[in-house]
Amino acid sequence: MTHATLPDTHADRGGRRGWWRRNQIAVSPWLFLAPGVLFFALYVIFPIFQSFNVSLYRWDGLGEPTFIGMENYDELRYDPAFYTSLRNNVIWLLLYLLAIPGGLFIALFLNQTVTGIRLYKSLFFFPFVISQVVVGLVFTWFYDPTFGLLNTMLAWVGLGPINVLGDPTYVTYGIIAAGLWPQTAYCMILYLTGLNAVNPEQIEAGRLDGARGWRMLWYIVLPQLKPATFIAFVVTIIGALRSFDLISIMTNGGPFGESRVLSFYMFEVALSEYGFRMGYGAAIAVVLFLIMLCFIAYFLWSMYREEKAR
Amino acid sequence: MFPTPIEKTSRPWQLTYQALLPVALILWLLPLIAVAVFSIRPDADFTTGNYWGWPSSFDGITNYSKVFFESDMPRYLLNSVFITVPTVIGAVALSAMTGFALGIYKFRSNLWIFFMFVAGNFVPFQILMVPVRDLTLDMGLYNTKTGLVLFHIAFQTGFCTLFMRNFIRALPFELIEAARVEGVAEWRIFWYVVLPLMKPALAALAVLIFTFIWNDYFWAVVLTQGVESQPVTAGITSFNAQYRAAYHLMSAGSIVAALPPVAMFFLMQRHFIAGLTLGAVK
Repeated sequence: MTHATLPDTHADRGGRRGWWRRNQIAVSPWLFLAPGVLFFALYVIFPIFQSFNVSLYRWDGLGEPTFIGMENYDELRYDPAFYTSLRNNVIWLLLYLLAIPGGLFIALFLNQTVTGIRLYKSLFFFPFVISQVVVGLVFTWFYDPTFGLLNTMLAWVGLGPINVLGDPTYVTYGIIAAGLWPQTAYCMILYLTGLNAVNPEQIEAGRLDGARGWRMLWYIVLPQLKPATFIAFVVTIIGALRSFDLISIMTNGGPFGESRVLSFYMFEVALSEYGFRMGYGAAIAVVLFLIMLCFIAYFLWSMYREEKAR
Repeated sequence: MFPTPIEKTSRPWQLTYQALLPVALILWLLPLIAVAVFSIRPDADFTTGNYWGWPSSFDGITNYSKVFFESDMPRYLLNSVFITVPTVIGAVALSAMTGFALGIYKFRSNLWIFFMFVAGNFVPFQILMVPVRDLTLDMGLYNTKTGLVLFHIAFQTGFCTLFMRNFIRALPFELIEAARVEGVAEWRIFWYVVLPLMKPALAALAVLIFTFIWNDYFWAVVLTQGVESQPVTAGITSFNAQYRAAYHLMSAGSIVAALPPVAMFFLMQRHFIAGLTLGAVK
């Protein structure tokens, strides 16, 4: 290494420098951590507890908050919009997971070495790089009942037109389909990198033993893709529960509030023209947080086991 | 390799595969291609209902120059730059330090602090919304780029720390020990030994955070309001309100808004993918 350039730190010894020298290794991590931890605590950790607190108040965001205990949560129990949002959240969670097999399928399709395949991989990944706002706009036009590509194509086979985003039965599925587009691309890239690392000897050994197609995929390839699957699972769950942009852009919660999810409903209650009900909004956020907490606990538990195994 | 390499398969399947690739790609990108085609159509096509036929003329230049010279779009793009770049620098700097502290030193609360960052990174935005908006208002930073930047730096530090710490863990620890034996001060080890080795991680995070922040919509709506501070994701909605039903302009605007992260991705592809896989899948 660069011995010659290392500075001579043995130069001065004395009271304060001596203490610093002895305790340097114990103190340094805290100095390195301080700015990051303080910032993170101020903007992320404390606000979580503050939200719990706000959810016990009636507050319009400007005047004095009034303490009302659990009243916000009582109201939540009889709020049909809350149940609609909750139901849609479940649908989002379940259907969003389709991005994982979808991504795996495309990754297997593209895991070849023909000319130009790198460009194909990049272009397949494309939807993930675009902002969800633009994805939302693109799909709004795709679904448009008068000129949208979907209905144009349906007309070719003598079907339609269906107004996907205007129909309470289809709207959530239509938005999820738009969300699956970038999410599948993300899972695809995870699996493509994972497939690169698959041990070729095991594959060959499997071939010799007569494993082919599905059996090969299930028994030999998938176990080796476990780290990729775990990350795909984490980011897909988080993505599903964070869905806000698409709903806000495509339908703004409509029609008749049928496409709301908790994250959108919270925003609607707390910060839109329907009134500034910060306390009630915070209560919805707390429910969403508790749902997410189950998953976060599971993720951390998996990471903890891995750390201990090292 | 799995599946079986195409060169080892039968000739007909090879040809089918080669033909299938472009078809699959076009189907996959169809909604996007549609928007790209819209953006070069003249206004007249939309009034006459010629949505999917051959464009009556190619007005790409007119449409895009309208977006750039007759709307607030350049202003929004500039705001996005001024929000994204400082956030990238801030979050990467802070997390290089936290990642170093958590990756190199052994102390009792190490894993707990690390888990705090990881867990915080996963929380839904809505649980932070009311207090963060309030805090920003109290600091007089509501509807400023600074307010948005400060929050983004803090939040992204969580994700960046996860990444940096894992990356530093994989470095050879003997290097640090050797430097310590030489009596090198800890901050010098950070600056002269570890930081140069972290260049790939720094690049990966920079590209990734750029994309995340550029594409952020929620916080832009919560913390900013007008043309003087809103980034392009929020701006595109007011742009669309201004040009309602002018689909050629809305399409051109959307493409302009989406382009910078796309360019970033194509220029820095390798780093981008390393970042997305959280360094866990090599």
